Amino acid sequence: MRTTGRPPLAVASRRATRRGVASPGFRRARTPADAALLLIGACFVLPLLWLVFASLDTTAGYQTQLPASASLDNFAAVLTPDLLLGPLWNSLLLSAGTATVTLAAAVLAAYPLSRFQSRFNRPFMYSILCGTCLPITAIMVPVYGLFVQLRLLDSLPATVLFLAATSLPMAIWMTKNFMDAVPVSLEEAAWVDGASGLTALRSVVLPLMRQGLGVVFIFVFIQTWGNFFVPFILLLSPSKQPASVSIFSFFGQHGAVAYGQLAAFSILYSVPVLVLYVLVARGAGGSFALSGAMKG
Amino acid sequence: MAERRTVRRQLRLLPVVPSVLLLLLFLAAPVLWSFHASFTNAALTGRNARNPAWTGVENYVRLLSDPAFPAAVLLTIVFVVASAVVGQNLLGLLIAGLMTRARKPVSAVVGTAVVAAWVLPEIVAAFAAYAYFSKDGTLNQLLGNAGAAGADWLYAYPMVAVVLANIWRGTAFSMLVYRAALADVPRDISEAALMDGASGWQRLVFITLPLIRSSIATNLMLVTLQTLAVFTLIWVMTAGGPSNASTTLPVLAYQEAFKFGDIGYGTAIASVLIVLGLVFGIGYVRLLKGDKR
Repeated sequence: MRTTGRPPLAVASRRATRRGVASPGFRRARTPADAALLLIGACFVLPLLWLVFASLDTTAGYQTQLPASASLDNFAAVLTPDLLLGPLWNSLLLSAGTATVTLAAAVLAAYPLSRFQSRFNRPFMYSILCGTCLPITAIMVPVYGLFVQLRLLDSLPATVLFLAATSLPMAIWMTKNFMDAVPVSLEEAAWVDGASGLTALRSVVLPLMRQGLGVVFIFVFIQTWGNFFVPFILLLSPSKQPASVSIFSFFGQHGAVAYGQLAAFSILYSVPVLVLYVLVARGAGGSFALSGAMKG
Repeated sequence: MAERRTVRRQLRLLPVVPSVLLLLLFLAAPVLWSFHASFTNAALTGRNARNPAWTGVENYVRLLSDPAFPAAVLLTIVFVVASAVVGQNLLGLLIAGLMTRARKPVSAVVGTAVVAAWVLPEIVAAFAAYAYFSKDGTLNQLLGNAGAAGADWLYAYPMVAVVLANIWRGTAFSMLVYRAALADVPRDISEAALMDGASGWQRLVFITLPLIRSSIATNLMLVTLQTLAVFTLIWVMTAGGPSNASTTLPVLAYQEAFKFGDIGYGTAIASVLIVLGLVFGIGYVRLLKGDKR
């Protein structure tokens, strides 16, 4: 990763000698830092332990305990089309659809913004920035009203379009920054050959920013996969609900909760985004993508 | 000739149209509709659902006399300041700072643990936090083992529980931002200060913090806005209760609009939230513009 900054060997050794000369205490300072970090890390892991232990325990409650007899029964119990596979499929449709629509719209929008000077550019980019600041929870009431009026309630495609709109501001910023990094001179050759702007975009620019496009796609995908509130409001029939909403089926009518199954379901539901996140972090750098989004 | 060039220039903006349409239909229109509906008695069901009547500022007057509203504003501010501005921001900076000093495997492992809470789908994180703070949960087990008496956190101290849970969930973002920022701080400067005998605190306050000033501003703004919109975490952990003790503005708006079906009143609350977000957003844009100069 770029930001962890593995320094070149020469710099590292220079630093080591300087440290040795300037402050013998620097080396000792590592152990307290390690200890403090590990303590903080433990606090962050603790709430997750319950999830792991309970998923293996058929008699789980809210207590964190090593399961008396570890078994995969909970996983087997939730691995049914009704409980897990259907909702996961819906999550996949929702996330892949949203990420595709968002990426397509963002690439198209970013191209003229990145390539052509226009007096609309700056106002447009700043209004987009305001859009990223909009608390989505605040507009769910009017969006619900809009969906009722347009008779779009309980429609998967309409929900995808709304989710795409909410992730567009951030996606346009990121895509434009990635596109700005591709030198214009490469397209000029294509223009001279008579290619139109969009042809140059497809054959020259996009292949060069493949990695950036991957980052944007996965970012939107992860965001949508974890989104609870939007599908909770806009999708009504159980057969269309994604895993984030159907998870409530583990809460019985009278406070009976299948804790072990809930935990197993949560883990299976989380695995895809954990894997995708690792891909982004390895490939292009998690914080690299963040800084890409935040450059002005 | 000149006219044709202008037309061609405007045609270049054509690819922006799909994005603009999506943003207008699904973000701009709902915001405007929200402000409009907040001046009516629109409802989810019944007569007012079909023909909502214009009631002027009635909803806002009701807001001011509703004891739940000022309480929700206060709780929202407490939630944002305690969990985002203080909690996530400072803890993120602390972790990032410690990482520059700690051994590499240690910071890799701890970084993963912090990020895990952030990458998990929000509903899963919310359940994990609920289990952690519940009466027989992990926290009370730990306290019991240490000989201390636990409490029924979600009932006795709901705000403490949701604030801590949100710190747990969101700190990774600040940590990533500050790790990137600290990596860009030139080593030479702080090493020179070290040679001049500056203490750790002095180096932090006079060198590092001023150098990462713009990252701090950006991060503060983003975590503030993200936290302003938090709904799922609070809703799963306490549902705003007991008796509104953890009802922030998003929870209150949801309850009024969807539980009680009072769309007009719910949108009035949502409008207050949008204005809050826009105020922060405009401040953020100004900050960035100022940076450019």
